[in-house]
Amino acid sequence: MQKTLKVIALAAVLGISGGALAQAEQVKVGFAAEPYPPFTSPDASGNWEGWEVDFQKAVCAEAKLDCVITPVAWDGIIPALTSKKIDMIIGSMSITEERLKTIDFTDKYYNTPTGVIGAKGVAFEATPEGLAGKTIGVQVSTVHQVYANKYFGENGATVKEYQTQDEANQDLAAGRIDAVQADAIALGAFLKSDQGQDCCELKGNVKDDVAILGAGVGIGLRKGEDDLKAKLNAAIKAIRENGTYDAFSKKYFDFDIYGG
Amino acid sequence: MTTPAPDETTHAMAYTPEDLPTAASLFQPHRILLMAIFAALVLSAAWFMRWDWLPQYLPKLGWGIVVTLVMLFSTAFLGFLFAVPLGLAQVTGPWPLKALAKGFCTVIRGTPLLLQLWLLYYGLGSLFPQFPAIRSSFLWPYLRESWPYGVAALTISFAAYEGEVMRGAFAGVPAGELEAARAFGMSRWTAFRRIWLPRAIHRALPTLNGETVLQLKSTPLVATITVIDVYAVISKVRQDTFLTYEPLLLLALIYMCLTGILVILFRKLENRIPTRGA
Amino acid sequence: MADPAPFINWSLLALSPPGWGSVLLSGLFNSIQIAVGGYSLGLLLGVGGAFGKLYGGPIVKDLMECYTTIVRAVPELVLILLLYYAGTDLINQLLALGGLPSVDISGLAAGIFVIGVVQGAYSTEVLRGAIKAVPAGQIEAARAFGMSPIKVMTRITLPAMLPYAIPGLSNLWLIATKDTALLAVVGFSELTLVTRQAAGTTKAYLLFFCAAGVLYLALTLVSNFFIGIIERRARRGLVEAA
Repeated sequence: MQKTLKVIALAAVLGISGGALAQAEQVKVGFAAEPYPPFTSPDASGNWEGWEVDFQKAVCAEAKLDCVITPVAWDGIIPALTSKKIDMIIGSMSITEERLKTIDFTDKYYNTPTGVIGAKGVAFEATPEGLAGKTIGVQVSTVHQVYANKYFGENGATVKEYQTQDEANQDLAAGRIDAVQADAIALGAFLKSDQGQDCCELKGNVKDDVAILGAGVGIGLRKGEDDLKAKLNAAIKAIRENGTYDAFSKKYFDFDIYGG
Repeated sequence: MTTPAPDETTHAMAYTPEDLPTAASLFQPHRILLMAIFAALVLSAAWFMRWDWLPQYLPKLGWGIVVTLVMLFSTAFLGFLFAVPLGLAQVTGPWPLKALAKGFCTVIRGTPLLLQLWLLYYGLGSLFPQFPAIRSSFLWPYLRESWPYGVAALTISFAAYEGEVMRGAFAGVPAGELEAARAFGMSRWTAFRRIWLPRAIHRALPTLNGETVLQLKSTPLVATITVIDVYAVISKVRQDTFLTYEPLLLLALIYMCLTGILVILFRKLENRIPTRGA
Repeated sequence: MADPAPFINWSLLALSPPGWGSVLLSGLFNSIQIAVGGYSLGLLLGVGGAFGKLYGGPIVKDLMECYTTIVRAVPELVLILLLYYAGTDLINQLLALGGLPSVDISGLAAGIFVIGVVQGAYSTEVLRGAIKAVPAGQIEAARAFGMSPIKVMTRITLPAMLPYAIPGLSNLWLIATKDTALLAVVGFSELTLVTRQAAGTTKAYLLFFCAAGVLYLALTLVSNFFIGIIERRARRGLVEAA
């Protein structure tokens, strides 16, 4: 009895590690398991689509990596990276000083301004004075959370933090908050949706603060993975130069998302 | 279908007063050894892990614990108030009421609390603003907040689980006692008020310990609809510091302490109101 | 404006795209897989835990007591986060200490592990109660016949305690199916998370949450039906307690 158990246990362990060895070349690409159009959103057949999914496919093809997309919870995405549940983050994560203390980034692959939207019929500006006394929603663990707390929260606004961008948008549409601060492109996608058209409008872009908002979005990596980083940097450069980047970007945007 | 006694399963899932160790049993030699190893583990955790964030978040943590406890006690109290009619309707109500109460308990107990919470907050809550009458009513400032939805969902859940207990408690009061009350000339209402209800509540009291601990274990779900309870504060620490284990370990410790305090309080109360074996 | 009826777009639930029905069903399938896996793992841990708690040495008993106390005092949500992030990390670090290559743990395996550990503590308590309900004389008689402890366990204790354990164990199964919803918080694509993704993408929150509720309820009711059959079989030949 005991002997059989031991044999089974040994077989199980060998089976697991054997399986792991066979697929050691795979790279798991993490991003937030939530609708974040136009970058990543699930479709009705259970697949993920969007600009960032196309970008990830192009980069992986260029760098000859066998990438598997792995949606994880946004608020645990950095722990997931450091505990090796995923190997890189392609999830609209801005390169900031704060994050660089824990993880590493490739060069940027896009950069957009930060906007504030609010309900139609309520006039205010996207400035600390304009938002004083208002409730502004942001997604947790984002540069917008840090920015809104510093510029608006300390000037009389209430900052409400949401696990996903979609929840913040939903609460704005439901009239529970007055404004939402986020990436201008993601907000644009929401404003174009039926719900967004009915309820909300762009109130303006916020004043830039590179120290907080970062200098663009990069691929998040564990520290010390310099080979992978060099490979990915070369791949980003290559798809920028050979036109692939522009080709799939045209499907989504009529401007250059790479930024200046 | 034989429904198992909810009390037993609750006991398997929630720490209850009878699990408390006695003071004397802690001084057996092997236990002192185990406690020494445990103390060494705690000390090494305190020494080797990062805790520099703690002082900065202490006031917020305190508030979070207060919010958690308010959520717990308000919903357990309200839930119990709803549980009494729910149980009674299932035992003695006319069939439409009986079916309604039974259906309510089945639906609530058959679906996850997290789903109910999201259904109320994101589903129902997003319908309200479409009605101008609601938007301009005095309720709107509350409906804009998130805590009423948390209180509602937790209350409904507690009522459904405890309602099942109350059903058993009402049904379990010996018929002879009720007959005796009627024989003394009590009206149906007086017999209910003086005999049936107090006896049923008395029978249900022991289950309240376990159900309340289970309710404490459900409260962190409200953090997913932006209520800032102790779980939400710890989530914020995790996001601000990128630490995984330290905040979660502290959170587990906080909940263990809360459970421990609750259970000791129950033990004290039980000693005052002898309910076991009732 | 005040009429919500036009907001219900039933075609969103169709089985083929653009309907999200198949996504919801595959989420349900994931939930069931985790519930079955976690429940079975929990039962294994529970049998070990219950025997350890009843017949183990003082240290084993105390360790089991710590396990069940922690799981019964800390919210499942917190345990799931801790086990999900720490558990798999710990396994890999142990393997690294032993000089073995790190294991690639899938989301499914991690989910089963997490639910299993939580369920294990609950089943330990249920089974311990059931084993204690078996008349001591039966076990003593088996020992007197010279049966080995393992034989006593497989031939006498486990079969004799089953009728006492089944009500509690069937409750635990229902709880396991509902606890899988908590994995939504760590981003595992089970029913609740895919429901929220579908709801967020289509903005039909009420419709999708209600649909998921119906699926969970159906799972519970179907389970209840089979639990009823199992209970009747297990209770055959037992004197009904008054």
